[in-house]
Amino acid sequence: MVFLNFFISGISLGSIYAIIALGYTMVYGIAKMLNFAHGDVIMVGAYVCFYAVARYELPPVLGVLIAMLLCTFLGIIVERLAYKPLRQAPSLAVLITAIGVSYFLQNAALLLWSSNPKVFPSIIGRGAYKLFDGALSVSHVTVLTIVTCLLIMIVLSLFINKTRLGKAMRACSEDKSAAQLMGINVNATISLTFAIGSGLAAVAGALLCSAYPTLMPTTGSLPGIKAFTAAVFGGIGSIPGAFLGGLMLGVIEIFAKAYISSQLSDAVVFAVLIIVLLVKPAGLLGKQVTEKV
Amino acid sequence: MRRLINLKRVEARRIYLTYFVVIAAYVICQTMSSTKMMSSSMRGMLVPICAYMVMAVSLNLVVGISGELSLGHAGFMSVGAFSGVATAILLQNLLPFAPVRLAIAMISGAVFAALAGFLIGIPVLRLKGDYLAIVTLAFGEIIKSILNNFYLGVDSAGLHFSMLSDTTRLLPGGQLIIRGPMGISRIMKIATFPAGFILVMIALAIVFNLVNSRFGRGFMAIRDDRIAAESIGLDVTKFKLTAFVMSAALAGAAGCLFSLNYSTIVANKFDFNTSILILVFVVLGGQGNMLGSIIAAAALTILPEKLREFSDYRMLLYAVILIMTMLITNNDNIKAFFQNILPGSKAKFQKEESDA
Repeated sequence: MVFLNFFISGISLGSIYAIIALGYTMVYGIAKMLNFAHGDVIMVGAYVCFYAVARYELPPVLGVLIAMLLCTFLGIIVERLAYKPLRQAPSLAVLITAIGVSYFLQNAALLLWSSNPKVFPSIIGRGAYKLFDGALSVSHVTVLTIVTCLLIMIVLSLFINKTRLGKAMRACSEDKSAAQLMGINVNATISLTFAIGSGLAAVAGALLCSAYPTLMPTTGSLPGIKAFTAAVFGGIGSIPGAFLGGLMLGVIEIFAKAYISSQLSDAVVFAVLIIVLLVKPAGLLGKQVTEKV
Repeated sequence: MRRLINLKRVEARRIYLTYFVVIAAYVICQTMSSTKMMSSSMRGMLVPICAYMVMAVSLNLVVGISGELSLGHAGFMSVGAFSGVATAILLQNLLPFAPVRLAIAMISGAVFAALAGFLIGIPVLRLKGDYLAIVTLAFGEIIKSILNNFYLGVDSAGLHFSMLSDTTRLLPGGQLIIRGPMGISRIMKIATFPAGFILVMIALAIVFNLVNSRFGRGFMAIRDDRIAAESIGLDVTKFKLTAFVMSAALAGAAGCLFSLNYSTIVANKFDFNTSILILVFVVLGGQGNMLGSIIAAAALTILPEKLREFSDYRMLLYAVILIMTMLITNNDNIKAFFQNILPGSKAKFQKEESDA
């Protein structure tokens, strides 16, 4: 039963990683860039949600929606101003710009909202379902997180595979110039990808801070790096891969905390990542690209 | 020496220019600091700047020359820092003469970091591109976690170490050197600016010699086309591993110099953000351009200090400057503009194009 408890909290943490990893993986798939500022969009989303719910006492659902809306805008603006002029630039220049954006968001948050940690009110209350005469307790946040993650996963898969816009996104990620020749607006598609990724980041921010209620300007960085690891774990660029990678990473992290050592849990997570990449160099579900000579 | 004379003139000129700039900067800074023309906050930054310069040069060997993105360079810095500082503390009574102790500590830091680089390099260098980058990031984090939980003590029976919690059980009179998350404290600050300058010169000499040797040509051949390089019989793993281990060793020495300038060091100081900071030096200075790395390292270490008058907006401004620099240096219109106003550069640019 203890094992099951750990497993469920692992799945819950993993669901949050999965939602963040989706944003990383979609942006990577289409723009071939590592968007290190993604973790900070989570933080912005969490702050917006915090102010909407705690200060202006809006209903939590509305708070999350506002956060999603603002983060979507933020994602589009950042893409337009910082990444779009660098479409043709070497990938390292884009990486550094993303890091610059990450610094910018963190320090802007520091100025706007100060470095004092804020206690995030859970968007769904702190109750828990008791199962098996209280031997297994699953908090509402956990259930909400897992359900949201599944929902996002299903909707996103349908969107990517069944709609015209999704088809355009797949085409762009495969070959940008060919997509352009087929009449797809590549720039708009990339903006759309950033918009979706940032919107998801806002949801992840609200869920993350509901489960771990300390909110600071640096809240997003570590989950951001972990989710990035999750995306690589599952095979970066692959959406089911991000889902699987996120879940596995969450479970491994919680188990490592519980059974090995809480101080070394990060080391265990990263060690598993390294082993996976050595066996499958493109991640669990990534496409192995054979080089033509 | 013969190799330097045999070099193509452009390359030789660039190498001498780099040495010249470093020496000139050292002489100017040394005079300014001894004639009290330099503020004390600037004087305190001289050694860290030297350490960051060496870090940037060593990372440039991996990122610029060898063409592999490494996001865990701070890991090697911390291995070097901890092993070097521990060595310095162990030798404190044996070697009262600080400069020798500093030199031995830096060598020890370099050796341990090189060992770590070798162990990490074997698995890591099988991967490519972004996957390699993420694995170096992972190793950086693992090194940080391990050092955060590492305890090392010394007593009359020798060295003792333990993980997770302090179970070294030192005899009375023993001394606990590395104390897990508390790191090492009460370090004697024996790092000096001249020592830093010498380390920068050594790092430059090693990297330039390596780059202009059989190895350097191998690195660049592999960077430009791995398959072609492999097909003419270059041992890709050996070459990549050489660059990686060399770079780790220099980072280790730099880490040792860096931490012997402070009284306390903790493993969290050398985290992902430090790795990124050094990568920023390399990219901003130009990949493969050692002088650029050195200037970028100095400029970006001083910049936050100089922006202090903007107080709270300091780091925000830093971020904006970083983004704007990347946007401007990669803007085609601005590149063309500079080629038009600098008549010499256009011809030079075209010549370089045709050379390449």
